[in-house]
Amino acid sequence: MSTTTQSKTGMKKLAFGMPTPDEIASGGVHGLSTRPKVPPDLMSKLNAAELEEVEDIELPTEPMTINMGPSHPATHGTVRIVLTIDGETVRDSDVQVGYLHRCFEKEAEHATYTQVFPYTDRLNYVSPLLNNVGFALAVEKLIGIVDRLPERAQYIRVIVGEISRITDHLTCLGASAMEVGGFTPFLWMIKVREWLWELLEELTGARLTHSYVRIGGVSQDLPEHFIDKLRATLHKSTSVLTECESLLVKNRIFRDRMDGVAAISAEDAIGLGWTGPCLRSTGVPYDVRKDHPYLVYDRFEFDVPVGSVGDNYDRFAVRLEEIRQSMRILDQAMTQIPAGPVLLDDPRVAMPAKNAVYNTIESMIGHFKLIIDGIKVPAGEVYSYTEGGNGELGFYIVSDGTGRPYRCHVRSPSFIATQSMSKLILGAGIADIIPTFGMINMIGGECDR
Amino acid sequence: MAESYTTRLDDALNWARKYSLFTYPFVTACCGMEYMATAGSKYDIARFGAEFPRFSPRQADLLFVVGTITERQAPVLHRIWMQMAEPKYVIAFGVCASTGGFYQNYNTVPGCDQVVPVDVYIPGCPPRPEQVLDGLILLQKKIAEATTWVQRRDRKEVELAAQSTDGRKRLPVVA
Amino acid sequence: MSKADLDKLVAQFPQAIVSSHSNHGDDTAVVTATALKDVMRYLRDSAGFDFLVSVTAVDYFGREPRFEVVYHLRSMATGNRLRIKAPVHEEEGGPSAEVATVCDLWPTANWQEREVYDMFGIKFTDHPDLRRILMYEEFVGHPLRKDYPKEQRQPLIRRDYSLS
Repeated sequence: MSTTTQSKTGMKKLAFGMPTPDEIASGGVHGLSTRPKVPPDLMSKLNAAELEEVEDIELPTEPMTINMGPSHPATHGTVRIVLTIDGETVRDSDVQVGYLHRCFEKEAEHATYTQVFPYTDRLNYVSPLLNNVGFALAVEKLIGIVDRLPERAQYIRVIVGEISRITDHLTCLGASAMEVGGFTPFLWMIKVREWLWELLEELTGARLTHSYVRIGGVSQDLPEHFIDKLRATLHKSTSVLTECESLLVKNRIFRDRMDGVAAISAEDAIGLGWTGPCLRSTGVPYDVRKDHPYLVYDRFEFDVPVGSVGDNYDRFAVRLEEIRQSMRILDQAMTQIPAGPVLLDDPRVAMPAKNAVYNTIESMIGHFKLIIDGIKVPAGEVYSYTEGGNGELGFYIVSDGTGRPYRCHVRSPSFIATQSMSKLILGAGIADIIPTFGMINMIGGECDR
Repeated sequence: MAESYTTRLDDALNWARKYSLFTYPFVTACCGMEYMATAGSKYDIARFGAEFPRFSPRQADLLFVVGTITERQAPVLHRIWMQMAEPKYVIAFGVCASTGGFYQNYNTVPGCDQVVPVDVYIPGCPPRPEQVLDGLILLQKKIAEATTWVQRRDRKEVELAAQSTDGRKRLPVVA
Repeated sequence: MSKADLDKLVAQFPQAIVSSHSNHGDDTAVVTATALKDVMRYLRDSAGFDFLVSVTAVDYFGREPRFEVVYHLRSMATGNRLRIKAPVHEEEGGPSAEVATVCDLWPTANWQEREVYDMFGIKFTDHPDLRRILMYEEFVGHPLRKDYPKEQRQPLIRRDYSLS
């Protein structure tokens, strides 16, 4: 566990005698910890036969099959886990997804490229703007205008994207904290999210489903004083975040349920196709923003936080630190943002001005064609990827030259991460399923599409 | 005389019921984010007597259908509604739960009223917390006026068994 | 970016590679379905593409071969990317489309291949657990095929309360 959140708190001890994270990591103080610590490497390698040996001393019980979900209070998202349990220990599990399959890919084949944006909002509905940006970049790559995007539009995309990432991580951490019993961090994090949503509402007109990005730029410029308000909001958010952190990082109950639970090695994580905060928790510093910079991410200084054990606490700490890094990016973007247009001036992709539509026949025809036929995208195929809230969010688009995608596949990070749930909870207790599921952060809309 | 007495008793009961709604949030999709916001500190649904989300249908009398209902989810929703104690009320939270919204395809149910009887529909994709609170107040009004589906069914104003309007093959209902 | 990798792959498997291109900077090789497994194993073990990014398929309805299974690979060491496509036939009334699984090479392929099977009906031979994943077991047909109507629902339960 080498995350900065921990090294910062160092060896300090709180006045009322709570143990430091280092003490907790070393196996408990005051003899409070009665839970036997399973070494992380053992957790990932245990199979049913080895478990028998480990727990042979306990009273024999009959394996029992129970259902967890599809509507379970402690899972934010609809998933059904068919568990085979032996006492409290999970012997086998079958994770079933698909309860929120809303046919994004089929709907996209029947919509024009611009009409797909509202559907992308509802993929990962905790960070809609990141999905907007990802889809727009894919289509722009296929049209070949990705290098000609106006600079201001690129900065705005970075800004709204990073705000979205903060709200995504806040929701994930807050909801997970609530599920393991901490209600206060949830309320505080939702409060911060509310502040950010109010800003986004001012900008896009919607609190949650923004549909703000357009092919070739964004739909409208930043409102007056947006930058100042954002700066003020981020400032007060930082203090709330620190408070939440102090509530959780040194909390005995929280740490006991997170530390060493569902650990996974880096090799396994790569084999399972993990990306994003989950992969970084195992120590692999893969971040699309750093490794394949898109938009203007190469102009910002930011760190990629990594964990070392790959357990639930690392996934928690990586997300917490990523919020801080997003704030750093926002800070630089707000300083660097240039003036200029926010939409590419190209009649093939951008709508003509309203004034021109009403007064010139060419613009009216252009407007009509863009609305009815959609933006004509040259035939071909493209795979474009961005860093979404949960990892590499990829769009594989096949175009047949018309205004509607022939095929639009989403490489959804949480779908791929959720398939490793069975492996992670094997040998763990029933209570460990909840924080594990929360930290995988399966978002129904993105997982099932 | 006796009639007016029972009417008065009903009024009192309904008055009590409308301020002690125990909600079961059947959260499936995006609307859940706004449900969280409504339950959170700023909008605070507790001010309207619907404070405590009960995560067991046996203990709840208000079912919030929050989000898209898919064909795979529909039997689950119906089962949860059947498990709830009487009298029970249903609010369709958001357009997906009300009509299916802009998801009109092979796997979405066009409105959860195809599966459970709905008392209040809240439009919006997702609805703002203010709209949700408005919907809740509307439901309280309906309870006080005794015009919710369950209350009308008790007075035999609606049919006990739901009508089947399409001629499609139906698999056995899980209950 | 990884044009060199693509050239090396083409030189390694001259028989198996049907065609290759680098449109939009995405290096792509079209591989015959029979040689797919060998090519994938070579890419993982000898060419350093240790990360399987995604598995999906496209239904080119009316074209022969009808389906194309698409794999995206990434090398964690160099960051290079590669797309592998395998055309899959399906004959009218004949056996269904089949391609070898890569589950044993990358565990991440498990659910993604199940999804392709669910949505397109392409069978992955030797897959450990080939079941539907997003749709329910009672569902008939494969919805992402171009000949499956978008709004053809198959309800499990329907009690219409909307009129009452």
